[in-house]
Amino acid sequence: MFNIERNRLIHGGIVGMVGWLLYYFLIEYHVNSLIAIVTASLVIGVISHIFAKKFKTPIIIFSVSGIIPLVPGGLAYDAMRHFVENDYNNAIQFATQTFLFSGAIGLGLILAEVFNQFLGKTHLANRIK
Amino acid sequence: MMDVQQSELKQDIAKVCMLAGKIMLQNGAETYRVEDTMNRIAASFHYPDANSFVTPTGIIFSIEGINTTRLYRIKDRGTDLYKVTLVNSLSRVISDGQLSVNEAYEKLKNIEENTDTYPIWLHVLSASIISGCFLIMFNGTWKDFIPAMLSGGFGYAINLYTHAMIKIRFLSEMFSSFVIAVVAFFLVANHYGTGLDVIIISSLMPLVPGVLITNAVRDLMAGDLVSGLSKGAESMLTALAMGVGVAIVFSIF
Repeated sequence: MFNIERNRLIHGGIVGMVGWLLYYFLIEYHVNSLIAIVTASLVIGVISHIFAKKFKTPIIIFSVSGIIPLVPGGLAYDAMRHFVENDYNNAIQFATQTFLFSGAIGLGLILAEVFNQFLGKTHLANRIK
Repeated sequence: MMDVQQSELKQDIAKVCMLAGKIMLQNGAETYRVEDTMNRIAASFHYPDANSFVTPTGIIFSIEGINTTRLYRIKDRGTDLYKVTLVNSLSRVISDGQLSVNEAYEKLKNIEENTDTYPIWLHVLSASIISGCFLIMFNGTWKDFIPAMLSGGFGYAINLYTHAMIKIRFLSEMFSSFVIAVVAFFLVANHYGTGLDVIIISSLMPLVPGVLITNAVRDLMAGDLVSGLSKGAESMLTALAMGVGVAIVFSIF
């Protein structure tokens, strides 16, 4: 749906699968869900970088495929629905969770950027000078 | 004579950079990547002092030594990561000095006018499968797999169609969420499905703007606060549209 070319589809799928499996297992071991998300997106970020270097493809292709399973779509939906139903107590709870989860994904990606520096200069690193 | 030719060449270089930037931005690239690509292309044609300012709604580009600054307004953004990849590879080729200015421009025009790699029915089919799989991920029952597929695929198709007719993304998303909720409600009411909430949530997933959210985060990280915040706002608008669309159905039935 994002129009990624055929030979990169599977790699995107693999990144997403690995990321989500990691998240799932961490949750199963009763790790705090925020930490689980940060860890999972960190791993996704590192793997995306490795794939991007290896296949000479922009990192976003793999990052996005990796993150989609983690994006809190269900929570955002719940939040908005409760808002429209005037159930503000629940709505604010869900909304906060949505923000926190999204922020956790962002944090994981940022931390991945740090690791990626060790693997080689990134586009982003060249930017911040 | 020489001067006129020179300045025409400079204009062409600026045109090439702008076109590359425009294609990338309109198809879901990160802001820093767009600016970087534009500057690299200018540098590979021997104008290393280029400045680009990119936001989701416009590009401003100028090169030292060329007297015009170019502005391009971007009215709608989509997601086509294939085009982003193609422009990226093309800019690598240009940096290796293998293309002339005109050739680069031709190739970019070609990328821009190229049709999608996948036909629309495949997009809709993928949306259906996505909805079904998200149902499983959200711990729905296998019985609801087909209802989720139906409402998800249908909703996505409606979104494509409505967006082609009404350019306002908010309205088309709200309408397609409305349709998704109606279809899901209908299926559950006729006992073809059981968990109404799960079906609706999974059917909405194809509409969730994953690339936008990812890019918002990456832009904020890179220091492009304007882009990051506006992409974040755009994704929140989508969430709002989806919520409103579904809430309308819930309040009617």
